[in-house]
Amino acid sequence: METTVNEEIDSGIIPKWKRKLRWTWREIKDSRVSYAFLAPFALFFFVFTVLPVLISIVLGFTYFNMLEFPTWVGWENYIRLFLEDDIFLIAIQNTMFFAAITGPVSYLLSFIVAWFINELQPKIRAFLTLLFYAPSISGGAFMVWRIVFSGNMYGYLNSFLIYWGIINRPIIWLQDPTYMMTVVIIVILWMSLATSFLVFIAGLQGIDQKMYEAGAIDGIRNRWQELWYITLPSMRGYLMFGAIMAITQSFAAAHRITALVGEMPSTDYAVHTIVQHLQDYGQIRFEMGYASAMAFLLFLSMVLTQKIVQRLLQKIGE
Amino acid sequence: MKLRKKRLSRSTGGDLFIFLFLTAGAVFTAAPLILIISGAFKPLDELFLFPPQFFVRNPTMQNFQDLFVLMGEAWIPMSRYLFNSLFIVVAGLGGNVILASLAAYAMSVHEFPGQKIFNEMIILSLMFAQQVVEIPNYLTMSILGWINSYASIIVPAWQVSLGLYLMKQFMDAMVDDSLIEAARIDGAGELQIYWKIVMPIIKPAWLTLIILRFQHLWQQSGERFLYSEELKPLPYALRQIMAGGIARQGVSYAVMLIMMAVPIIVFIINQSKVVETMGTSGID
Repeated sequence: METTVNEEIDSGIIPKWKRKLRWTWREIKDSRVSYAFLAPFALFFFVFTVLPVLISIVLGFTYFNMLEFPTWVGWENYIRLFLEDDIFLIAIQNTMFFAAITGPVSYLLSFIVAWFINELQPKIRAFLTLLFYAPSISGGAFMVWRIVFSGNMYGYLNSFLIYWGIINRPIIWLQDPTYMMTVVIIVILWMSLATSFLVFIAGLQGIDQKMYEAGAIDGIRNRWQELWYITLPSMRGYLMFGAIMAITQSFAAAHRITALVGEMPSTDYAVHTIVQHLQDYGQIRFEMGYASAMAFLLFLSMVLTQKIVQRLLQKIGE
Repeated sequence: MKLRKKRLSRSTGGDLFIFLFLTAGAVFTAAPLILIISGAFKPLDELFLFPPQFFVRNPTMQNFQDLFVLMGEAWIPMSRYLFNSLFIVVAGLGGNVILASLAAYAMSVHEFPGQKIFNEMIILSLMFAQQVVEIPNYLTMSILGWINSYASIIVPAWQVSLGLYLMKQFMDAMVDDSLIEAARIDGAGELQIYWKIVMPIIKPAWLTLIILRFQHLWQQSGERFLYSEELKPLPYALRQIMAGGIARQGVSYAVMLIMMAVPIIVFIINQSKVVETMGTSGID
């Protein structure tokens, strides 16, 4: 059977596109083992991720209140977002500000701490890894910051500031728009040594020590050169992973922000981000089409950021 | 804090800077955690002192006793909530590790048409706001008849793309192609190579995945999909207890301590195994 196909191809009876198609089909058939490995994951991934995402992109061009069938409205949701929805513009500003600080800082902190820790003795390294990683796996533990920043004089920060005579009446940290964004950023950074931190540590330990010995012979003089020419290039895959984590976490930290300030929307929308705006419309006002349009814009900005970071990471070790 | 045997490329000034940097970071990180531990053992009068005390002076188990009394008053036995949580964690995690590593094996070791597109889809999926996916998912669940069943929480946990991405990244970095070629020449099947060669090498990867996903599933309160009281997980029950207002501040500390202790213990157990693996493979 196969020889006849080959003969047909060789003799040029079959047109080019058909040949190409047949070749691809043969490759697909040859790869059936690969597809078998992929299939169980891919099946659930398609049903619970790909399909909902596609549905949501389409819904972004409709009016959908979850009760009636969606009606097509074209670009109306997007026009409304930029021309009529002042709160959305505030949400964009807040998201950009929050992401521009927490994203890069948490990313750099994760790497720097992992890199510093990696040089220590195994026991100290294990202890410090546990300590720095603990806040991010402690679930609701960050709610203790609500007691630290509590607005009455029993809040830790207020009571110390009053006790030391720095202020004479309590500051309502979590409801006063002057301080809310700062407080939120501090708490999010406190728990920012998360997934990528752990992956960086595992990645650093996987680097072959022989490369450093070879590097020393090749004239690497200090730890910065070692970092730039040996460590970073061999961590490229992990670094990209960490960057994606930093992007997703800094653009979409909404549930922690809401839990921290204790209300949505927050006072004067001071920490209102795009995801909170999206929840407001999607889960409270049931305007799914409008919420989906926001989600798509958020998605595009995250993808754009990821592409830029990818470009930057390619420059490593040059 | 002594540094491991010095390499040529180290300076004392740099070491000092690292020491100060790590110490400052450690204090900032530890303070709120100590506050929780200390708060969980504070008697009522110490909780409302002015100015508040950082450390507990007369430690008591009162808060934990109060918590157990409140638990005893719950509608259904606490052990049932705990079982629900553990079941969700084990089933959700097990499925994710196996399905993700199988797929990652194909993605990392094989080459096949559609590979690049699938890889791109995985990366893009990491960046789509979960809140939006939740609503179409609710419709899917009701079509499948999974509302108010464990499946609504467990099955979506199997396809978390973070797991696949993480496994693939580690396989790309740690698994040597020549090793797999050698195994094929020796006549090993693909499943054998996956299970007996690749999985042991990337042990740090799936232990890391277990650590990452454990805390996520452990915190699931299931409020979106689970309505029957006997199906609800532990965080839901504990949150009801914590919602009792300021008088329950001591109990709240106790709850926070219990909820954070479990993932931390899981982390400690796994971490020592990660180090072990590194040690035996001669990397450290």
